[in-house]
Amino acid sequence: LSTAIATFSGERSRLRRFLAAYGQELVVLFSIIVLFVVVGAVNPRFLSNTNINSIFAGNAYIAVAAIGMSMVIISGHIDVSVGSLIGVIATIAGTLAVNGYPVWIAWLVPVLFAIAVNSAVGALVAYTRIPSIVVTLGMLSILKGGLISATAGAWITDMPGDFMIAQRRILGIPSPVYFMVVLTIVAALFMRYTDLGRAIYAVGGNTEAARAAGLNPERTVVSVFALHGFFAGIAGLLFATQLQVIQSTVPPNLELTVITASVIGGVSILGGTGTVIGSTLAAILFAAIGSALIFLNVSAYWLRAVLGLMILATVLADMARRQRAK
Amino acid sequence: MKTSGLLRHETVLGVLIVSALIVLAALSDRFFTTENLLNQGRLMSEVGLVALAMTFVIVTGGIDLSVGSILGLTAILLGVLWHNIGLPLPLAMVLALVSGTLAGLGNGLIITRFGVPPLIATLATLALYRGLAEGISQARSVRGYPEWFFFFGQGEIVGVPFQLWMLALATAVCAVVLAMTPFGRATYAIGANEVAARYSGIRVDATKLWIYAGAGFLSALAAVIFVSRVTTTRSDMGTGLELDVITGVVLGGTSIFGGRGTIIGTALGLILIQALKNGLALSGVKGDGTIVVIGIVLIIAILVSAVFDRSRGG
Repeated sequence: LSTAIATFSGERSRLRRFLAAYGQELVVLFSIIVLFVVVGAVNPRFLSNTNINSIFAGNAYIAVAAIGMSMVIISGHIDVSVGSLIGVIATIAGTLAVNGYPVWIAWLVPVLFAIAVNSAVGALVAYTRIPSIVVTLGMLSILKGGLISATAGAWITDMPGDFMIAQRRILGIPSPVYFMVVLTIVAALFMRYTDLGRAIYAVGGNTEAARAAGLNPERTVVSVFALHGFFAGIAGLLFATQLQVIQSTVPPNLELTVITASVIGGVSILGGTGTVIGSTLAAILFAAIGSALIFLNVSAYWLRAVLGLMILATVLADMARRQRAK
Repeated sequence: MKTSGLLRHETVLGVLIVSALIVLAALSDRFFTTENLLNQGRLMSEVGLVALAMTFVIVTGGIDLSVGSILGLTAILLGVLWHNIGLPLPLAMVLALVSGTLAGLGNGLIITRFGVPPLIATLATLALYRGLAEGISQARSVRGYPEWFFFFGQGEIVGVPFQLWMLALATAVCAVVLAMTPFGRATYAIGANEVAARYSGIRVDATKLWIYAGAGFLSALAAVIFVSRVTTTRSDMGTGLELDVITGVVLGGTSIFGGRGTIIGTALGLILIQALKNGLALSGVKGDGTIVVIGIVLIIAILVSAVFDRSRGG
């Protein structure tokens, strides 16, 4: 009997640990399901193929960018320049494509550029100890100003068909969805099972303890930002190719949406905890809420207020949970 | 030692400003005219008012990303209360200032009562307040303000723009409060070591509440001046203001970690940015090129002051 009780309580504590580890992710997943059921019941057109496609494929780039952002936040830093970076990447990619460069160059160069820029940011943050918010604030100005002065806001159109990676479909499903799903899974496995992934959690949780344990926090931070650059690069390509035109500007408030997705997905802004699965789910949740408002005949102008309330509620819940844990 | 370190940063800034002024005056003969300088003062007043409050916030070791959204929200409230609800304009102005203060107080409560880090608390209210501005206004603008209202943004007193007087007055008050009162000393103490400040009997939470409420109030004041200057109310007003403000404050030598900084430094930082913006524009650099310069100046300024810090063993 005692073994039975032990097994039972073992099962229970395993369940509790699972809930503790993935609580936020489950809440977001549950919210998505409830949202689809309720809004679908009120207005069945919400569940039409076209709308589902536009929710998932049209916002996949946000989810992809949020993967990198989550890593950065888990490491105890932040990047407010990611929106500008995505704008710059999209413009570089589009410019290369319309000027006749081979498609693979138009894809590869912007991604390498993003990795280089963010590695530099990471090096500044890691080795000069300037807070990441200040460095990325400066980078935001540089990227945004540089982009507008270089392009004068001219739109890029008539891009070659094979360049438009976000408009391809495999088995009827738009390619951005594959990018989102595959990159999320790979990143989740990476964070959980590789040395670097675990080092990111360790450095974000307690930098000095991580150093004492033999990790190199500086190198870890540079690597995190480089990875973040990779994901921002892919996000930029998806953003560049999902419409027939690149507007050569910085998508407004994109950095905020990306940071919000990470935070609502359960990445603690204090660093050290969270998963990339949560941020992807949260990005989907936002997109679904934005779409739901339209189908429920609520003015889309309320969307941002709803997002703000959601961040606030999530953060307050997170703080309450931490206080209980103490 | 501490004071000399602070003065060093301000001296560096002073030298930078003087050399920038000389170079810019040499580049364009339209730069160093009374008219242009006063006009530049007019343009920097809104950012300046908010930056004064932000100096206090950053000295406590906090940050307020929501100031631009508070500006947008109070501008919208001003327009909606007057135009749509039909309140007298002076009353609408007062209510706008009150709601700005309450919005700031809201930030303070979230930060002190729930222990939410200021960065994330005000990131949330940045979205929330801007969202309220968009939702309430439904992105419609309000125009047609009476003539007397334009005095706040376009009028002059003895040849100097009204808002420049406001900015000068507010700067003087803030400088005295931060440098010479128990409240100012509490502000520094909180930023230097919050736990120690708490144990020394400083009313940490009350001080922070006042500071965040003050940031809300000054953002709302900036909103009234802004609306009066551009004669219209729109929900996207003040977008990105927080970046300009934080850049000015940090450039002025206030440590982003808290505990150090002065109002004079902030004023110098703001003047340098405005001079660069205007001077470069007059010398033919396009508006967006100046943003790049400001970003670079920000990073270099922090880098230099970080190097100074380390050489002092700080």
